[in-house]
Amino acid sequence: MGLGIGAECVTRGIAVTYVIALPCVDLKDRACVDECPVDCIYEGDRMLYIHPDECVDCGACEPVCPVEAIYYEDDLPGEWQEYYGANVEFFDAVGAPGGAARTGPIPGDHPFIAALPPQESALA
Amino acid sequence: MTSNRTVAIIGAGPAGIYAADILQSRDEHVRIDLFEKLPAPYGLVRYGVSPDHPRIKKIQDALHDVLENPRIRLVCNVEIGDVETGADVSIDELRQAYDAVVIATGADRDVDLNIPGADLPGSFGGADFVAWYDGHPDAATEWPLTAESVAVIGAGNVALDVARMLITHPRQLEQTDIPDHVEAGFQQSPVRDLHLLIRRGPADVRFSPMELRELGAREDVDVIVDPADLELDEHAERMVAQFNQRKIIVRTLTEWANIDPAERTASRRVHLHFYQQPARILGEGRVSAIEMERTQPDELGRITGTGETVTHHVGAVYRTIGYRSTPVPGVPFDDASGTIPDSAGRVLDESGEHIAGLYATGWIRRGPVGLIGSTKSDAAEAIDSLLADLADLADRGAQAPAGAADALCERLGDKVGWEGWLRIDEAERNLGAERGRERTKIVDRDELLTHAREMERTR
Repeated sequence: MGLGIGAECVTRGIAVTYVIALPCVDLKDRACVDECPVDCIYEGDRMLYIHPDECVDCGACEPVCPVEAIYYEDDLPGEWQEYYGANVEFFDAVGAPGGAARTGPIPGDHPFIAALPPQESALA
Repeated sequence: MTSNRTVAIIGAGPAGIYAADILQSRDEHVRIDLFEKLPAPYGLVRYGVSPDHPRIKKIQDALHDVLENPRIRLVCNVEIGDVETGADVSIDELRQAYDAVVIATGADRDVDLNIPGADLPGSFGGADFVAWYDGHPDAATEWPLTAESVAVIGAGNVALDVARMLITHPRQLEQTDIPDHVEAGFQQSPVRDLHLLIRRGPADVRFSPMELRELGAREDVDVIVDPADLELDEHAERMVAQFNQRKIIVRTLTEWANIDPAERTASRRVHLHFYQQPARILGEGRVSAIEMERTQPDELGRITGTGETVTHHVGAVYRTIGYRSTPVPGVPFDDASGTIPDSAGRVLDESGEHIAGLYATGWIRRGPVGLIGSTKSDAAEAIDSLLADLADLADRGAQAPAGAADALCERLGDKVGWEGWLRIDEAERNLGAERGRERTKIVDRDELLTHAREMERTR
């Protein structure tokens, strides 16, 4: 525990991080992207994904999201638990590119996201 | 003609580096010189982020990537200001040599707490303490960690950093980059009780939920919350319903308040006190107590004093009520707000006119609020303004003389460039490796400069 939450999770072998959930789907406001100091928020077709290994847990993204789509993993509402796996697994095929801006949008989505019905924008 | 645009950015912290990155990405012709006062870059990421936050310190890697860009020239150990009092170069000289100058010097001082006793020995500025434990070259070398009971005033993330560093058992700092003398200082600390004193209610604090939770995750530290402080009025209920972060904060505090006192067996304790504002610091020759005035919120959460006081017997008081910017000689400064007056990043003179070619971004522009990432979106606005003006400048053929920027840097002589910093970086990693750590910071300015220079000569 000594080194804080980030270090603790390393010893547990699990990436504890911020997670983007349903309100982002088909909206992709991107305010979080401008805020992220390490550029670890990547764009899929239908939503944005936080890279669990590149994220430094600073929390800058969470308050700027206009639809409150971003949660610290422990605070992810029960009905959105699948989004943790979706955020992590989205990067299985991508690796750690080390920056979303230089990578650009990544075609496709996690299968769970791709299968969702079209979402009405919460900002509309 | 757009070939020889040159921009000087003052301050190689997150504000300056993000501004440089955004600028280079939007204009492929611009040449950027990034000036830093200290021998090392990264500003508050290096000298403000808490050493027990290794993941957040990794922002430094992202900043490093930006500085590797050959179109950005890092020039450290340069003081910008009044040349008559020893500064290397003035703002006016920079404005003549560059097409634009961006002030990104941040905020590195404590806001004054004007109460009786604030100057007593044992009353410390939080920023000074952070500078000490983060190994800032200008910080005190020794820190008197002698009190068993201490008070920390403030409700922001820095107050939490200071509280956490004071109460953490030093064995938990063993894998951090703190210098040896800092580690030795913490090992001698006899602290048992820390009182975190907060003027507002639990739904109106400024710190982030993660930082708060971390306090409760420390080994052998109990966090004690008075359930009476958690009775939410209508305003607080509204804040909790409206903001997810505040909801999480109140939930965390409630969990702590519900802990059975019999389960509190830790050797160190943090006591959170809400609705208390500092009245005076007491002591004969040094701090022995702090007197707080109880406060009450109105229907909008605004705080007023009640006249009722409560005294905490403490041997040290840390004032962490906010950071404040230092004015830059030659640049307007609004003393009341502690910022440079601006419009979308364009620096304004007394009559509200834009001073041509002068911009500001980061904490010195908007005050010390937000997380490090907020500085990135802030820089985008200033750079938008700057690029619009530069285009106009080029149209009028009014650019700075070709070669002027290079001549100015040449004149500055033996400063620390990117290569010099990489040598310091390497020396710190080597020092850390000797201790089985990733890095151990070098503090002394001359030592930093020696590493930067000697290594360069041996190449």
